[in-house]
Amino acid sequence: MGPGHKARDSKSKQMVAQLLNGLQYGLLLFLVASGLTLVFGVMGIINLAHGSLFMIGAYAAFLLTKMTGTLWLALPAGLLGGLALGAALEWSLFRHFAKREHLDQVMLTFALILLAEELRALVAGNDFHSVPVPALLDFPVPVTSGFAYSAYRFAVIGLCLLLALAMFLWIERTRMGAKIRAAAENPEVVDILGLDARRIHLVVFAVGTALAVVAGILAAPLTSVYPGMGDGLLIISFVVVVIGGLGSIAGAFWSALLIGLVDTLGKAYGPAFQGTGPLGTLVAAGSGSSVYILMIIVLLWRPTGLFGQRT
Amino acid sequence: MIGRVRLLPQTGAGWALVWLGFAALAALPFFATPFYVGLITTAMTAAMLALSLQLLVGGVGLVSLGHGAFYGLAAYIVYFLSPEGAAKPIWLTLPAAMCGSALAALVIGAISLRTKGFFFLMVTLAFGQLVYSVFHDTKLGGGTDGAYLAKPLLSAFGFTLETTSLPRSKRAWPVYYVALVQLVLMFGLLTWILRSMLGRVLEGVRVNDGRMRALGFNTFAYKLAAFTIAGALAGAAGHMWAMQSGFVNPELVGWHRSAEALLHILLGGIGTLAGPIVGAFAFIFLNDVAQQVTERKLLVEGAVILAAVLLMRNGITGLRWLPNLPSAKEGTAPDHDLAPPQKEAHVDD
Amino acid sequence: MTEAGSSSVLLETVALSKSFGGVSAVRSVSLTLSRGELHAVIGPNGAGKSTLVNLLAGLLEPTSGRIVLDKRDVTQLREHQRTHLGLARSFQRTNILGSLTVLENVRLAAQAISLPWQRLTRPPDGEVQLIETARSALARAGLEYGHGRIAGTLAHGQQRQLEIAMALAARPKVLLLDEPLAGMGPEEGERVAALLKSLAGEHAVLLIEHDMDFVFAVADRLTVLVEGAVLATGRPDDVRANVEVQAAYLGGHA
Repeated sequence: MGPGHKARDSKSKQMVAQLLNGLQYGLLLFLVASGLTLVFGVMGIINLAHGSLFMIGAYAAFLLTKMTGTLWLALPAGLLGGLALGAALEWSLFRHFAKREHLDQVMLTFALILLAEELRALVAGNDFHSVPVPALLDFPVPVTSGFAYSAYRFAVIGLCLLLALAMFLWIERTRMGAKIRAAAENPEVVDILGLDARRIHLVVFAVGTALAVVAGILAAPLTSVYPGMGDGLLIISFVVVVIGGLGSIAGAFWSALLIGLVDTLGKAYGPAFQGTGPLGTLVAAGSGSSVYILMIIVLLWRPTGLFGQRT
Repeated sequence: MIGRVRLLPQTGAGWALVWLGFAALAALPFFATPFYVGLITTAMTAAMLALSLQLLVGGVGLVSLGHGAFYGLAAYIVYFLSPEGAAKPIWLTLPAAMCGSALAALVIGAISLRTKGFFFLMVTLAFGQLVYSVFHDTKLGGGTDGAYLAKPLLSAFGFTLETTSLPRSKRAWPVYYVALVQLVLMFGLLTWILRSMLGRVLEGVRVNDGRMRALGFNTFAYKLAAFTIAGALAGAAGHMWAMQSGFVNPELVGWHRSAEALLHILLGGIGTLAGPIVGAFAFIFLNDVAQQVTERKLLVEGAVILAAVLLMRNGITGLRWLPNLPSAKEGTAPDHDLAPPQKEAHVDD
Repeated sequence: MTEAGSSSVLLETVALSKSFGGVSAVRSVSLTLSRGELHAVIGPNGAGKSTLVNLLAGLLEPTSGRIVLDKRDVTQLREHQRTHLGLARSFQRTNILGSLTVLENVRLAAQAISLPWQRLTRPPDGEVQLIETARSALARAGLEYGHGRIAGTLAHGQQRQLEIAMALAARPKVLLLDEPLAGMGPEEGERVAALLKSLAGEHAVLLIEHDMDFVFAVADRLTVLVEGAVLATGRPDDVRANVEVQAAYLGGHA
C-alpha cells in the first residue's frame, strides 16, 4: 500500500462525511421549508419571519440546556411551545394578512424578524453560545473500518426522517391532510370549505411553526447559536420552496435534500479554488452561492419550480 | 383627457408642498449643526434608494427584494475605482457606478422578469444574496469586514473642491448639496418618466399586464427598461453612500437593505412619488430619536413597521388632510357624466 | 383552398390542434377568414371556441398545426408581435385597464402599434394623432362621451363597447371578437350588432358567439365546432340545413 492509496482513502472518507453532512443539513432544511411551503401554499402568506422561529428554537435549546443540563427536555417543550406560538401568531396576526398584498406581508414579517432579534438580544445577549451534544449520543459510530460519524448527527437524520414520514402520512392519509392538499393546489377551495378554512389555517401555521422550532433545537448543538442565525437559513429555505414548487411537501423534501447536498459540497470543495487565479476566485465565489445559481437555473427552465403547477 | 398621473401630486398645493420641502432642505445647513447635516445626507441617500425602487413598486407593481444589490454594487465599484489612498473625481466614479449597476440590473432583470409575483420576489432575493455572497465569501472587496475607500473628489472642469480647505463646521456641506442635487434630479427624472408615454405604458402594465400584451406591447421589454433604470438610480444612491461614509461592507448588498427601502416606500406612501422620500426621512429621524432614548433600536424599528402595516395603509403621504392627496381609491376618481352634453360646445378635456 | 382565392384570405389555420396534458381542446381545425368577411364560430360550451381564439391571438401555443396571418406564418410569434401584424382581439370576460381613463385605454391601444420608441419620452397630450385615432375608435364603438371617466366605473355594457374600441384603435386587418354580446342587455346588444355589421365591411371579423339568432343574422360564414373539431362550415343556410349539425348541436333551436 503506497502513500497515494492512503490519500485516496482519506479523500473518499471525507467525501462520505460530506455526503452525510449534506443529507443531515438537507433534512433539517426540509423541516423548515415544509412549514414555509404549506403556509404559502394554503394561506398565500410570505413569511420572512419563519427563519426567526428556527432561531427561537435554537435559543430555547440553549437556555433550556443551560437550566436543566440536557437537551432532552427541549424537544417536547419545543414541539408543544412551537405549536402554541404558531397558533397564537396565526390567531393574532397572520389570519388578517392572508388576503393582503405581498408587500404588506413582507413588511409585517420583516418587522417580526427585527422584534425577534431584539427579544433574543434581551434574553440571551449578542454572544455566540455553544450547546453541548447530549451525553447519551456523544460518541462516534463506526461506519467503515477507520471511519466513524457522530451519533448525534445520525440521530438527527433519523428523527428528521421520522418527522418527514409523519408529515407525509398526515398530508397523504388523513382527511385533514386531503383538505390541506386541496387548498394548496387551489386556494379557492378554501373558500368552498367555508368554516373549516379557519381551522386549517390555524393547524397549518401551528405545525409549520413547531417544525421550524424543532429544527432549531436539533441544529443548536451542531451549529452553536448566534445572532441572525435564522436569516441565512430563511433564504435557503425559500430557495428550497421555490425549487420544490409552492405548496408541495414532496417537492420540498426532494429539493431540500438536493440543496443540502449542493450547498454542503459546494462550500466544502469550492474554497480550494481560491487563490488559483481569477478563474479560481470565480469558482470560489460561485461555490458559496451554488444554491442560488441552482435556483436560477431551475427557474429559467421551469418558472414555477420542479414540482410546481401553479403560476 | 388622458387623465392624471397617479403617483404625482394632484393639486397645485401638493406641488407647492414638494418644492417647499426641497427648498427647506436647501436652506437647512445654514441652521443645523454638522451632526444633522450629516444625518440628513444619510436620509437623502436612503430616500434616493427608496425613490429608485418606487419606480418598480409604485410605478410598475414589481416588488423586488434584490434592489439593495445594485445599491451595494455601486458602492463597491467606487471602492474598486478608488481604493484607500487613490481618490478619483466624481465625474468618473458616479457614471461608472451607475453604469455598473444598470448593467447588473439588465442581466438580473432579464432573468427574474420571466417570473411573476411570489417567484419574482424570491428570484430577486436570491440574486441579491448571490451578489452578497460574492462580496462576503471572497476577498474581492475586503471580505466580511468590508474596506475603506477614498471618497470621490468633487471636481469638475479642472477645478477641485478640497473639503479640508473649508471651516470645520462646513466640511459636510459639499456632500450634503451633492446629495440634494441628485435627489432633486432623480425626482425630476422620475416625474418626467411618469408623465411621458413610457410612464403611461408602465402604469398600464401595473394595472393589467396581460391586456397590455394583447394590445401589442412587449411588456417584458418595458419592465426590463424600468428595472434597468431603477438599478442605475439605485447605483447613484450607492455611490452617494460611498461618498459620504468612505466605507463598504457586504451588508450594503444584503436583502435587509432592500427590505428597508420597501419599508420607506410603505411608510411614506406607496401611492405617491414623494412617499419614499418622506418615508426615508421619517424613518431615519425616528431611528435617531430612538437611539437617544433606548438601546433597543430594532424594537422601535419593528414597532414602527408594524404600526405602518397595521394602521396606515396609505402611508404618510396618503393621510387625508395632506393637499397632494392621491384620490381616495383607484377607479372612483374624476367623473364626467356619460350623458350627452347639454351644450354644443362641450369639450371633454 | 377557398373559392375566393388565396389572395384575399387574411387569416388561415392549418390543422391547428391543442391539447392540455392529453385532453384535446382543439382538434385539427382548418379554417379561413377573408377580407370583408364576418365568419362566426359557434359551438356548445366546452367546444374549444375560446381555446381557438387564444391560439389565434398567441396567448396559447398550439400543440401542432400552423396559423397564417396575411400570408405570413405567425405560429411562432408572440402575442404582441401578432398585434403589430394586424390582429386585434376582444376578450370574453371584460379585460380593460380599469384605473385608467376611457380615452387612455384606447390611446394606449393606438400607441402600441404606431409609436416609434424614440417618442416614448414625450408627454401623451401632445400626440394629437393618437388621440384622434382613439376618439374615432370610441365613437365607432358607440362611446361618444365620457372619455375622461375612469374605465372601471363604466357600466358593464359600456365596458364591452370599450373592449371593441380598444381593438379598433389598433387598426387591425383581422378582428377576433370573443362573445362581444356576453352580459349585454337587449338594447345594447342591438347597438353592437349594428356595429359588427358595419365593421365587417372593412375588417375581416372572426366572431365567437352564443346567441344563435344573432349569429345567423349577421354572419357571412359559419363554422360549427364540436368537441374541438370542425363539424361543418359554410354559409348560414347550408349550415342550418346540415343534418349532422342539427343532430349534434342545433337540435331544438333550428
